[in-house]
Amino acid sequence: MKKILFMLWLSLLSMPFMGIKGGAYLFLGICASYGLYIFLANTFDRIKLPAVPFNAKIATTAAIISALILPFLMKDYYTDIAILAGIYIILALGVNIVIGFSGLLHLGFAAFYGIGAYSNALLTTSLGLDFWSALVLTLPLTSLAGFLLAFPSLRLRGDYLAIVTLGFGEIIRLVLNNWDSVTRGPNGISNIPSPVLLGFEIGRLTHYYYLVFGFVLIAAFVVKRVQRSRTGRAWLAIREDETAAESMGINTRKYKYMALTFGAFWAGLAGALFASKMHFVSPESFTFMESVFVVCMIILGGLGSVPGVILGSLILVLLPELLRDFQLYRMLALGVGLVLMMIFRPDGLIKKS
Amino acid sequence: MFLQQIINGLTVGGVYALIALGYTLVYGILELINFAHGEIYMIGAYLGIIFIGIFTAVGLTQYSLFLSLFLTFIMSVLVCSAYGFTVEKLAYKPLRNAPRLNPLISAIGVSIFLQNYVMLTQGATDKVFPHVLPVTIIEFYNVTMTTLQLFIIIVSLLLMAGLHLFIMKTKTGKAMRATAQDKVMASLLGINIDRIISVTFVIGSGLAAVAGLMVAMYYGLVNYSIGYIAGIKAFTAAVLGGIGSIPGAMIGGLVLGLIESLGAGYLSSEYKDAYAFIVLIVILLIKPTGLLGKTEGGRS
Repeated sequence: MKKILFMLWLSLLSMPFMGIKGGAYLFLGICASYGLYIFLANTFDRIKLPAVPFNAKIATTAAIISALILPFLMKDYYTDIAILAGIYIILALGVNIVIGFSGLLHLGFAAFYGIGAYSNALLTTSLGLDFWSALVLTLPLTSLAGFLLAFPSLRLRGDYLAIVTLGFGEIIRLVLNNWDSVTRGPNGISNIPSPVLLGFEIGRLTHYYYLVFGFVLIAAFVVKRVQRSRTGRAWLAIREDETAAESMGINTRKYKYMALTFGAFWAGLAGALFASKMHFVSPESFTFMESVFVVCMIILGGLGSVPGVILGSLILVLLPELLRDFQLYRMLALGVGLVLMMIFRPDGLIKKS
Repeated sequence: MFLQQIINGLTVGGVYALIALGYTLVYGILELINFAHGEIYMIGAYLGIIFIGIFTAVGLTQYSLFLSLFLTFIMSVLVCSAYGFTVEKLAYKPLRNAPRLNPLISAIGVSIFLQNYVMLTQGATDKVFPHVLPVTIIEFYNVTMTTLQLFIIIVSLLLMAGLHLFIMKTKTGKAMRATAQDKVMASLLGINIDRIISVTFVIGSGLAAVAGLMVAMYYGLVNYSIGYIAGIKAFTAAVLGGIGSIPGAMIGGLVLGLIESLGAGYLSSEYKDAYAFIVLIVILLIKPTGLLGKTEGGRS
């Protein structure tokens, strides 16, 4: 009874926005989905799922092999989405170093993504460098940006850090938007050339797919190795308890700088790939929502777990594309999903190490 | 020019202060940055437009403008408070004992949800506040000021004074202060913590609704995305004054409004939105406790 009253309350609340009819439909909708939930919960409770034997090595090999042959089986449209998913995986791996490993809730990562994309775009178009030499300059540049922005933000903790990094993200976007003489403002930069590898132009989608896939492999491998190193363990210690970590002799300041610099490095790589794939960048692509979207990916997959991050990015990029008809409701579902995730499964799909 | 900017700044600042109070009240009690508060303010603005539309449709506005505006205020505040109340019950209450980042992420989820909910139900285009208000311009010493601006400044000051009295003089206000100081101790002394938290959200959302309604009247336009930037600015105002401190939020809001309008007038209006962020970052780095803050905030 109390639950029905509550549903009635929710639909009453929605009436100014949805009209009386809309509110009534909403009431019926909530009731129906609640009934379905009860039914499913009862059925699944009775059926015990058998434990699936899971071998990480075999699973990884299978995933790599299927990813290698996929472009031959897919239409161009899906290859396109797969490339985007790959770029997001690299970005999410970078963010995961900061949020997942070190526990610093950074909400301005779109800034480093944007710096990477813009510096690659500017170096290739205005200075006429090729993709690779631009990349060699872009990566230290974004890492440096990460290092410099770490200086003021790392004096703060927890939710204050979140707000300040959000502020930095917005300031960088406003600068990209208003510094017309260099960034060409809201119009963005177009005609970014494709990368050339050993005299072979990477122009077709399949080529991009393999290029991005190669970078994803490198990123996942390196991040995984670093996670297991002394540095990775130090980050985990900071995440779990900063004061304890410091009293055990860990130089927390140094490791936080390293986390942000290293995270920004991967975000810069993702940005450079994004710029050369799209052949166009504009400040629109680096908003606060972009940062939140990436945070959603790593939370969905499981904070701090490399396979989890990859899984989360794949789900969040592929799902909206597969459910194209529901595109309007995509962000709505993302919002509800975040809340439900925090309430029912804060550890994500794959539990953190 | 200078005096003109001061008046514009005070108008916007009053609105920021009203929203900032919601942040500061919730932070004082739950230590949570209620990311969805800007969205509550946006919902208040929409509710104002919806209700004045209904009253105009049934002919009340033509009959008595004052009565219909008054009812619009009451209804928007009531419904908006109900939204704040519900959000707290659904998204924050289950997370009361979770690690601190979880409710923050949940709040971001609520904010995304509410924004898209309003966009889907009310459309992505700007909504216009009907032209029902007579505009009278008061002029003195080369400065122009509309009656609406005067109204906004007076209403925000009155509400702040009212809130201050409520917190200081009533029993519920006393219970709120006690809960902010020590939740466990307060509950041992027989204060119903859940009720106090609900009251806090209801008051904060009501103030945000008034702010939203006044902004809708002032600019004449609202959009589903206004909540985000207003929320950030109001949060800055709360931090500027010292988060958790009620007079701090009031002063912070007014000061931020002045900084912004003077900055837009004398420096560059293109970066108008960046001033709030710069102020926020500078304060957090130099004096994280804000102007009137007492506790060691920011480095907990």
